[in-house]
Amino acid sequence: MTLDPYRRTRRRLLLAPTTLTLLLFMVLPMLLMGWMSLLAPDTYGGVRWKEWSLDAYVQFLYERDLDDSLTLNSDYLQIFGRSFLLAGFATVVTLLIGFPTALYIALKEEKTRQRLILLISIPFWTNLLVRTYAWMLLLRNGGLIDSSLSALGLSQGTLDVLYTPTAVAIGFVYSFLPFMVLPIYTSLEKMDWRLVEAAFDLGANRWLALRRVILPLAMPGIVAGCLLVFIPAIGSYFIPELLGGGKSLMIGNLIQNQFGTARNWPFGAALSFMLLALVLLVMWIYTRRFQRPPGE
Amino acid sequence: MQASNTLWRFRGVTPTAMLAFVYLYLPIVVLVVLSFNANRIATLWTGFSFDWYLKVMDNDNILRATKNSLIIASGATVLATSFATMAALAMAGKRFRGQAFINAMLGLPLLVPEIVTAVASLLFFLALGLDLGLLTVLIAHTVFCIPFAYLPIRARLEGLDPRLAEAAADLYAGPFATFRRVTLPLILPGVLSGAMLAFIVSLDDFVITFFVAGAGATTLPVYIFGLIRMGITPEVNAVSALMLLVSIAFVALSYWMGQRKS
Repeated sequence: MTLDPYRRTRRRLLLAPTTLTLLLFMVLPMLLMGWMSLLAPDTYGGVRWKEWSLDAYVQFLYERDLDDSLTLNSDYLQIFGRSFLLAGFATVVTLLIGFPTALYIALKEEKTRQRLILLISIPFWTNLLVRTYAWMLLLRNGGLIDSSLSALGLSQGTLDVLYTPTAVAIGFVYSFLPFMVLPIYTSLEKMDWRLVEAAFDLGANRWLALRRVILPLAMPGIVAGCLLVFIPAIGSYFIPELLGGGKSLMIGNLIQNQFGTARNWPFGAALSFMLLALVLLVMWIYTRRFQRPPGE
Repeated sequence: MQASNTLWRFRGVTPTAMLAFVYLYLPIVVLVVLSFNANRIATLWTGFSFDWYLKVMDNDNILRATKNSLIIASGATVLATSFATMAALAMAGKRFRGQAFINAMLGLPLLVPEIVTAVASLLFFLALGLDLGLLTVLIAHTVFCIPFAYLPIRARLEGLDPRLAEAAADLYAGPFATFRRVTLPLILPGVLSGAMLAFIVSLDDFVITFFVAGAGATTLPVYIFGLIRMGITPEVNAVSALMLLVSIAFVALSYWMGQRKS
């Protein structure tokens, strides 16, 4: 290795395209976004570059009355709260379905396990927009679920689920279930099952073995899975847009609206920046607690 | 493995897993079935028909959007995979200062919610005065494809015996010859699966493209979104089913390739 005097130069050259691309087109835009959130909006979209203003952040909490006094406005906080609730709900339900599923797969023979994991990952690699659309077909009035339920006499043919938060929750659980199963499976697969055997030998029943041995050992996978569900869910845009019926249901819709009809770029930038800060905070807590970022 | 012992049968595990698989595949199956439906009312089955597929193939807008999608996905795949291969080679060598920073940066596109990346990229392109179009989409896609291409290549390099490259150097192969004749053939499966991931991820992307595409560079997912917003129609069913089948074929292919090399 020491015989190669150009090692350092070569390393720099090899890293240059990736580093420059990410710095220029990922890091710099984020900084710019933070900066623009501190500027005044222009009337038809855009910003006034020389006019500093905290309005975007003030607007998040307060409404400016005609006489320029500020009154508390909880509309946006409610949207953030609802996003938290929906993403949190999706995380809990995917965990409740995902953990048993991962355990089921982990207890199978090697060959079967590989096939089942393929089955879990296929939806993960297929277009999410299209799969969300498929839920519109299933959930709408007169759709498959509605007509089956009314055929069984369980409803009057008016399910009225599509375009409600319930539909969004169903869509979230569906879309992000593989993100929960895969990391939990990975940690279960790496587990030394003799430990569970030892627990059985020592007289533990299934429930005790599950709670005291399997769950603690699967914890890294469970935490990674929760993050992989929660983060994309809270920033989701088109699932609430399509299944929730185009109302400003979640943060993502609110952000998009600032670049569409509302034409308030600084506010859109501020909302994105707050969402980013939230995600980075969660990740920071996670890496402090569990050291490694997910996916490694 | 432990199936013989009844102690290993946890109650409720099998039904939940079955429910999960049904849940994952029911929408896909329903969508594909309905795309062959003869009826105009897209959710009522009346008979088998191929018409909607023919209509889709005949729709200029869909063909144009597909062309854009393929151009962007190919371009982003080539760029991202070459960048990622180079970076992975550098990262696999001796540890160096700044490595943690580069690692963190590589994680960013995976970590940051898509809508945030989308807004940041849009504002950046507009501030630069770039016209939104194929170029801006290509740039944005290359950025988020890099980590997807990087991870499998890096994993492959991790399992590589460093003595092979050393042996090549002992035999007077220069760094480039060593790469071309020894390292590249060995990491090629990683490079290929990285490229495939990048291609699928680019082809499937909606949110970021939606923000940075502008009017001229509509990709297939962006076009489909527009159609869906106008209403549920059999044409949407058909074009959606086509998209699903292409992705599934891709995943199956990469699985098959993975099986063959092991």
